[in-house]
Amino acid sequence: MNFPLQVFNTAATPHPWYFYAVFALIGFAFGFTLEMSGFGDSRKLAAQFYFKELTVLKVMFTAIVTAMVLLFGAVGLGILNFNQVWVNPTYLWSGIVGGLIMGVGFIIGGFCPTTSLASASTGKIDGMFFMLGGFFGAALFAETEPLFTNWYNNAGYYGRLTLDQVLHLPVGVVVLLVVLMALFMFWGAEQIERIIGKKDMSREPKIRIVGAGVLFALALAVVFIGSPSLEERYQKLTFTRTETIPQLEGQPPIVNTVTYTADEMLANRLVFVSPAEAFKAKYNQAMNPVYLDVRSEADYNLYHIAGAVNVPLERIEEVIPVLLTEPPANTVFILMSNDEIAAVQAWKILVASSVPNVYILEGGVNNWIAFFGAEDETLKDVRPAPNPAPDQLAYIFPAALGSRYESCDPSPIEYEELEFEAKIQLQLKRDKSGGGCG
Amino acid sequence: MTTAPVTKKSIFKRPEKPYVHPYLGGVILGIVLFLAFFLTGNGLGSSGATSRIDALIVDAISPSHVDNNPYLLKMAGGDKNPLDDWIVPVFFGALLGGFASGWLNGRLKFTTTKGPHISDRTRWLMAFLGGVVFLYGARMARGCTSGQALSGGATLSAGSWAVMFAIFGGAYGLAYFVRKLWN
Repeated sequence: MNFPLQVFNTAATPHPWYFYAVFALIGFAFGFTLEMSGFGDSRKLAAQFYFKELTVLKVMFTAIVTAMVLLFGAVGLGILNFNQVWVNPTYLWSGIVGGLIMGVGFIIGGFCPTTSLASASTGKIDGMFFMLGGFFGAALFAETEPLFTNWYNNAGYYGRLTLDQVLHLPVGVVVLLVVLMALFMFWGAEQIERIIGKKDMSREPKIRIVGAGVLFALALAVVFIGSPSLEERYQKLTFTRTETIPQLEGQPPIVNTVTYTADEMLANRLVFVSPAEAFKAKYNQAMNPVYLDVRSEADYNLYHIAGAVNVPLERIEEVIPVLLTEPPANTVFILMSNDEIAAVQAWKILVASSVPNVYILEGGVNNWIAFFGAEDETLKDVRPAPNPAPDQLAYIFPAALGSRYESCDPSPIEYEELEFEAKIQLQLKRDKSGGGCG
Repeated sequence: MTTAPVTKKSIFKRPEKPYVHPYLGGVILGIVLFLAFFLTGNGLGSSGATSRIDALIVDAISPSHVDNNPYLLKMAGGDKNPLDDWIVPVFFGALLGGFASGWLNGRLKFTTTKGPHISDRTRWLMAFLGGVVFLYGARMARGCTSGQALSGGATLSAGSWAVMFAIFGGAYGLAYFVRKLWN
């Protein structure tokens, strides 16, 4: 029931103004808070780097841990779907080099981009100069980016990678660790302010100790709530598809956006791609198909589609982190078993783990052989199996030749003209160039 | 550090109020950030808007230049409106929000915030250069202190934590050498 986010997305799609109004309000609150915290004054920001006053660290880390605890609390309670939350993709090297450059700009200029807005809008002339410089800096980047575009787009790219995945810890534990680290940093910051900044800490409000306690308690609660199970996440999934209804000649077709649950996607067969579509995907420049064969290794060795990767169903969960981070954003995963049963199971696991663009080969490998194998001379010794059990190979192979039959890799020339109902709709919303600050 | 005496004119003469306590400011900012995620799925940001406004300007002056630059093409190619993105209303909202807080708290003044030993002109030049450098880095890292450090920090993005430490590393690394600017 992903309430607010789902409702917002559904309401805002036909009315872009809702979308802009909500973002403008968020921006307003953002600018207001920064100004209120003193970030319109460059001296307060620069003081951080001379250990005189650690306001920047305190405000930033308090904001990060507050938002983090609320966010993962909401995820744990099931009122927010983490898969629908934008997580900055990891581009390690351009991130680190860019970060170091930002640090240089920070100490020279005395602002960061958003604080310069709060500064300029309250009449600080240096804030206005920083903003102006920013337009030149961003333009300079656009002009020079082609010189190192390969490095910029690929160096240290890990996609959507979160600290719990890096550390192999439950996310709640990471939340707790980050809170503890922040509290320790606040304590350290206050010691530094007392010693170097000569600040009288006895005048600091006592309630901050209570605040620290509340934060710690909330972080503990996040650990105990935990994350929703795969099954719970599956039940909350929704898929948005565009459906084109052709009209009479001369009329533009009607394009509808329809939202389905995961079970409806299966029931309406919207995730089942025909052998023809699965085959044609290889020659479609817009997508990068990956065939995941979830059968046993024995079946895989008897016959499999050229290029298919064997991941038996029992081991599918092991490869999820790789599927989430490694392949490019336009990757389409096409799952297959002998019929459909195991592939459907695998599909449920993958989509609940928020792997994007997952489809199932309609009728499985048996259907592929029936479709492409009809004219395959190399299959002449292969006989149909009498009464195959559900999701078993419907053929008897005399030898384990893997993908060495012609029909494993049909000729793109012979099968150039294939008609099929296209089911694949690439979802690139979270792609490399979209979202975030970009 | 207390606010230095400011002598220039005030737009609306309201009594100047002190800044809120950093932890309180942080909690409010954190709630704003959480609400952004909760309501829209996106975090906070602003440097992306600077790029997009640039793209708009370049597109107006020389659309063919946009077509030859893949980075600009993504934002302003064809009939794409570079301002059609969530970050643009956030940017203008933040300008307005900063102004509103400054007005309510009596801090609307034309002034220059700087260290005690440099002239206004030096400060302006440094602010300008800092802006150039910062935004260059922000575009390279795909986000600034808000888009990466705050938003990515709260969602536990591994890359954002690296960016955050790099920002502090860069600033602390250079701070000693430019201490005359601020002390």
